[in-house]
Amino acid sequence: MINSRPTLKSTLRAALYLAPLLIITLMFTVWPLINALLMSSYTKYNYYTNQVRALGWANFAYLWHDPTFHLAVRNTLILVLLVMPITVALSLLIALGLNRSERLAGLLRSIYFLPFVTSTVAIGLVWNWIFRLDGGLLNAILEKFGLHAIDWLNDPRYALLVLSMVCIWQGLGVNIILFLAGLNHLDQRYAQVATLDGATAWQRFTNVTWPLLLPMTVLIVINTSVTNFKVFDQVYALFHGSAGPGNADLTMMYYLYQKSYVENQVTIAAASGLILFLFVGSLTLLTYGIYRRLGRWSR
Amino acid sequence: MTKRLLNGTRILCLLLGAGLMLLPFIWMLLTSLQPASTTLSVPTHWLPQALQWDNYHRIWQAAPFARYCLNSLLVTSVTTAGQLLTSILAAFAFTHLQFYGRRILFGLLLALMLVPGELLLIPNFVTLAHLHWINTYAALIVPWLASIFMFITLHQAFRAQPKTLYYAAHIDGASDWQYLWHVLVPTNRPVITAVALLQVIGSWNAFMWPLIVINDDRLRTLPVGLMAFTSEQGTNYPLLMAATVCVILPLILLYFGLQKYLVLGITTSQSKGKSL
Repeated sequence: MINSRPTLKSTLRAALYLAPLLIITLMFTVWPLINALLMSSYTKYNYYTNQVRALGWANFAYLWHDPTFHLAVRNTLILVLLVMPITVALSLLIALGLNRSERLAGLLRSIYFLPFVTSTVAIGLVWNWIFRLDGGLLNAILEKFGLHAIDWLNDPRYALLVLSMVCIWQGLGVNIILFLAGLNHLDQRYAQVATLDGATAWQRFTNVTWPLLLPMTVLIVINTSVTNFKVFDQVYALFHGSAGPGNADLTMMYYLYQKSYVENQVTIAAASGLILFLFVGSLTLLTYGIYRRLGRWSR
Repeated sequence: MTKRLLNGTRILCLLLGAGLMLLPFIWMLLTSLQPASTTLSVPTHWLPQALQWDNYHRIWQAAPFARYCLNSLLVTSVTTAGQLLTSILAAFAFTHLQFYGRRILFGLLLALMLVPGELLLIPNFVTLAHLHWINTYAALIVPWLASIFMFITLHQAFRAQPKTLYYAAHIDGASDWQYLWHVLVPTNRPVITAVALLQVIGSWNAFMWPLIVINDDRLRTLPVGLMAFTSEQGTNYPLLMAATVCVILPLILLYFGLQKYLVLGITTSQSKGKSL
């Protein structure tokens, strides 16, 4: 019963209910978490026999000196810095536009949200077909306007731009839904009072809606950044199983995949996974810190 | 007057944006109905000259496509059902039963929410290799049978349930097991549907994990199987697009059927910091 004290018998009974979740979690979340830390320190590791001969920092030293890893970090950072602000700004604009109870708004909401339920790989293959040099839709449109066709997928100057466009397209839907949820939760009375005081639509937005929407915005900023730190499927599909021309779209996740699966260097892959986790984790903490400070200011 | 003009511009911009969102879907559909020979010819045909429904017939012969479909259905349904079962049982124990170490255990599980799946990818792969599970259905399913996120969401829902129902059921002679499946689960159907739907989307579209744990063509799921339609020599785009339609369409239909649950699922998942 709920308010009685636990006994040995009630603990055993509860254990039966808990066992399935706990066993799977121990095997596939707790143990690999420990193993990720251990593996990244294995330096002479025989993957087939599971024999470890030495421990140390060699994997991290390797990453520190590996130009390919530097490229992966650089590409990932550029991608996040490019995609995150644009996605957040665009989705806020669209959410503000859709925040009406028209029938059309409902239909448009569904359309904007479609990418969320769509397989990233499948739609990535469609994007590949759109961006192709020969027969691709985009170049056909450019040529209709008398412009030169661009080899989007094989020119290193454009490859990261193409990936960013795909990531923005994919990320909009969730953020719009979240902004709309945030807008729905706002207390309409503030906006009504501001209107009575003669505030213009722009003043209402900057002085009422935006400050109230800030917590949701911070959440969306973290979420979008974290998602784009972990981009892999889009790259794989856009370039049919490669990291783009001259590794132009090599992301940290793609590096991890390449090291572990293609090159069989699992310990280096584990170390790079840990570094990716540090990036994402510190970002979350940083944004959380800003969030708390903002909370104090507004009070 | 300016107000109407502004409103008109707003709607026009939104429609234009929606058109851009739909563009890849439309292009996919149009290409999937083109005959294979025309697609790489340089003056692009915008509309198919004659609708080639035959492409949809041919994909079933071009690759073990039916097998990929069955694999995806199997993995998605078993993973989702398994996660629901483990999460419902654990959430019930944490909210309705008394046991030693309840608070500590809950705190530990909550902390595990912060661990990103990407960190676990490599060690899990190594674990499976040592279990000799690479290239088995078990590799696709077993590691995903528990979801901390789903557990926490259901825990929150079950905790909000008035306990008077539980006492009343007990007085009427119902066991815990009966109360769980005949009262608690049916009354929480919306939130259960929402988390299940998120998981169905996640499993159906999962790519990186099936890519690294499966080499055998007969065990591939749809997203990985799609890559079989691309080739170095030249991809047959109408066939590839017909195949992508088959991967994307089921979830779009599901989405239109269960849209409100999906919105519920996303808004609850965000408050728990799960990145989608």
